[in-house]
Amino acid sequence: MDNLGQLGFSEAQGDLMEVAKRFCREQSPMQKVRALMEDDLGHDPDVWDEMAALGWLSIAIPEAYEGAGLGVAEIVPIMEQMGRYFLAGPFFSTSLAAQAILVGGTEAQKQDYLPKIAGGSVATLALSEQSGNWDLTAITARASHTDQGLALSGEKFFVRDAAAANWIIASVLVDDKPALVLIAKDDLPKDALRREVIIDETKRSFALTLDGITVPKSALLDMAQAEAALAHIHLCANLLSTAEICGGTQNVIDYTLDYLRTRKQFGRTIGSYQALKHPSVDAYTGYERARSLLYSAAHSFNEQGTGEIATRMAKAQADKAYAYAADRAIQFHGGFGFTYECDAQLYRRSAIWHASQYGDAAYHRKKLADLIL
Amino acid sequence: MKHDGVLMGKVNPQELDEFAKEADAWFAANVNPDPGFMLPLTFMEVGTDQQFDFLRDWQNKVYEAGYLGAAWPSEYGGGGLDQAFQDAATDAMRRHHAPIMLNAIGLNWTGPLLMDIGTEAHCKKHIKGILSAEDIWCQGFSEPDNGSDLGNAQLRAVRDGDEYVLNGSKIWTTQGNYAKYMILLARTNPDAPNKYAGLSFFLAPMKIPGVETRPIRKLTGEYGFTQTFFTDARIPADGLMGKEGEGWQVAMKTLEYERGVHGGQAGGYVLLPLDAFAVIDLARKLQRDGAPVMDDPVMRDALVEFMIEAQSLKLCQARGAFAPLNEERPFGLALSGKLMWTEFARRINEFAITLQGTKGGYYVGDPNAVDHGLWTRGYLNAFSATIGGGTSEIQHNIIAEHVLGLPKR
Ligand SMILES: Cc1cc2nc3c(=O)[nH]c(=O)nc-3n(C[C@H](O)[C@H](O)[C@H](O)COP(=O)(O)OP(=O)(O)OC[C@H]3O[C@@H](n4cnc5c(N)ncnc54)[C@H](O)[C@@H]3O)c2cc1C
Repeated sequence: MDNLGQLGFSEAQGDLMEVAKRFCREQSPMQKVRALMEDDLGHDPDVWDEMAALGWLSIAIPEAYEGAGLGVAEIVPIMEQMGRYFLAGPFFSTSLAAQAILVGGTEAQKQDYLPKIAGGSVATLALSEQSGNWDLTAITARASHTDQGLALSGEKFFVRDAAAANWIIASVLVDDKPALVLIAKDDLPKDALRREVIIDETKRSFALTLDGITVPKSALLDMAQAEAALAHIHLCANLLSTAEICGGTQNVIDYTLDYLRTRKQFGRTIGSYQALKHPSVDAYTGYERARSLLYSAAHSFNEQGTGEIATRMAKAQADKAYAYAADRAIQFHGGFGFTYECDAQLYRRSAIWHASQYGDAAYHRKKLADLIL
Repeated sequence: MKHDGVLMGKVNPQELDEFAKEADAWFAANVNPDPGFMLPLTFMEVGTDQQFDFLRDWQNKVYEAGYLGAAWPSEYGGGGLDQAFQDAATDAMRRHHAPIMLNAIGLNWTGPLLMDIGTEAHCKKHIKGILSAEDIWCQGFSEPDNGSDLGNAQLRAVRDGDEYVLNGSKIWTTQGNYAKYMILLARTNPDAPNKYAGLSFFLAPMKIPGVETRPIRKLTGEYGFTQTFFTDARIPADGLMGKEGEGWQVAMKTLEYERGVHGGQAGGYVLLPLDAFAVIDLARKLQRDGAPVMDDPVMRDALVEFMIEAQSLKLCQARGAFAPLNEERPFGLALSGKLMWTEFARRINEFAITLQGTKGGYYVGDPNAVDHGLWTRGYLNAFSATIGGGTSEIQHNIIAEHVLGLPKR
């Protein structure tokens, strides 16, 4: 395999990047990020409505379903800016849910749900289980046929933004085969959701008990496409997460540089010490390399084989780069770095979160070994 | 008439296409894949007369065929064509894994400098010899006591009529023993208000009384650079580039040519690009305790890490063409390239040795050495690039200060 992905950048990506940069900077200043961390919902619904009005939810939805007809590559620059400014909200979840329906849904489901999502209706995915596996096909939750429809059982974890979602798409086994089912908000029993305590406080995540939930037969996605849909979600999630990581890495580097340029010790600006300078450069070059891989993954995403390689490479490098930059950010702020008030912890926590979801650097390298060696 | 290096004009796509095809056929027919001895991968590695003679002939042959200096002005000995033609020829060289161009300092530094700030006489005198490899050039910047702190260079140049008299010494002079000329940074005014202002830049002949070169043996066991001694050596004053006291600015300008920003490129390459995939082939053919190295999960992971790094560096190079992706730190990637690539090359060669088991202990010359000892020698030679041309530590300083905006002190 010698095509590992190529760089490309569309005009639409450029335009969206400009708009997203301004939007995220203005809508998500640090005081607001901090305030939303304390808020139960965790995001500003008005900002969400504005994002919907900008058409961001419709980007990767085909025109036939009232979308803009662009691709996942065009979501990347937006996600990048969201990660950079910690703009909270169910954008990641909803974008992924749309992809799940697009690849795994029946024609009727596409016609029903995709236009709604394009208009800003929140949706999310329930894929993870108690095992903690990154392999999305390792499913134990079940859906059994009954007279009322499909009776669900089992538990799901790391269901992002579930409290805000109008639909949850859960992976289950039907007759021992992987399947996806749509659960409408109204079908959730009162205590089905439990908010999880997660490392990244700018995000919301829930455990979901499926026991006692029954959905109509029409809620079952196309079983013939289930595995393809899960594979697609896995790569999409990693691509979008890599975009968020790159944005976060950029900002944690800038945040730290500001400190290195102003803090003085021993009569010198601490940024003049090579013990801080050189690792800062390593953080920076690690970031640039991740970002080059990110935009190559976005550009190559739809190419059979290459898209997967490029995406896994990007996530592997981005994970490493973010962890390093944020880890050094804490250290380089000294005692202040150890405080809750210092933003370095937000980035480090965010990096840990991203590594934990959909596969970390080592996991993707292991997959790559089988793909490229 | 003096040109600024690149002849402007319309490129006829059909002519260009034909030229590219001819170049491709020429290199296919003329590249000798096995001259019977190990060829240097970089111009800094030329260590034996055999290598030197071979590469000099090769450069000359490429030039005579019209595939070097194709975009330099014809009245100086170039081809007078658009840069696109030279680029097509260089692509063909790469495709056919042609050996490197020997006269690196001449092609990449001196030539572009002459066409930028030299006189017409300078160009007429030197360009053709640079292209044909008739006149080998070397670079006299570093001194025994002043390396990274290049601005502190102390070799003295004193004006005497139409001449300057040189006293002092330069060191680590690549191809110093072969060179006919040197680009030289010397101190003309020891009392200047700061160390930089006392420097001047010269084109200095080497084969004159008072200039003596002493070969230095490299860590590989081979030769390739020299210490160069100047004792009352007299060089013509018309070799002064820029004005007296402008040596530092001129030296910094040469760095821009090296990066290909200005002046047009002579073409060819002076370093063979590193092929990261070759390490995979190596791992495929080697065994470890009776099983292919490729089956060892630890080695597999390390290999994948290198492949990711190689790919990311390739993409970073390509990113230059996408302005919106470089908006916030426009020079960041350009200034980081040397550090990233040279450190990568050093580490991947080092890794390749560890793949070899006991055979990692062989060196060039032993019949059992893996790939004739290429990797071990490659690792040792890789330091030429992490030290030469500004050390990796200095590169870190440059990026920290010029890209990240951290204070010098
Ligand atoms: C193969 C090879 C070919 C060369 N060819 C040429 C040539 O053709 N012409 C020529 O003029 N020169 C040439 N050089 C010389 C090269 O440019 C110098 O060796 C290099 O600039 C370092 O200078 P130095 O050797 O004096 O080391 P020093 O400057 O003494 O450095 C010693 C160590 O200290 C570190 N250091 C120094 N200053 C700092 C600082 N401010 N911050 C952090 N660390 C620092 C260095 O990184 C290095 O690790 C060549 C070198 C090599 C290895």
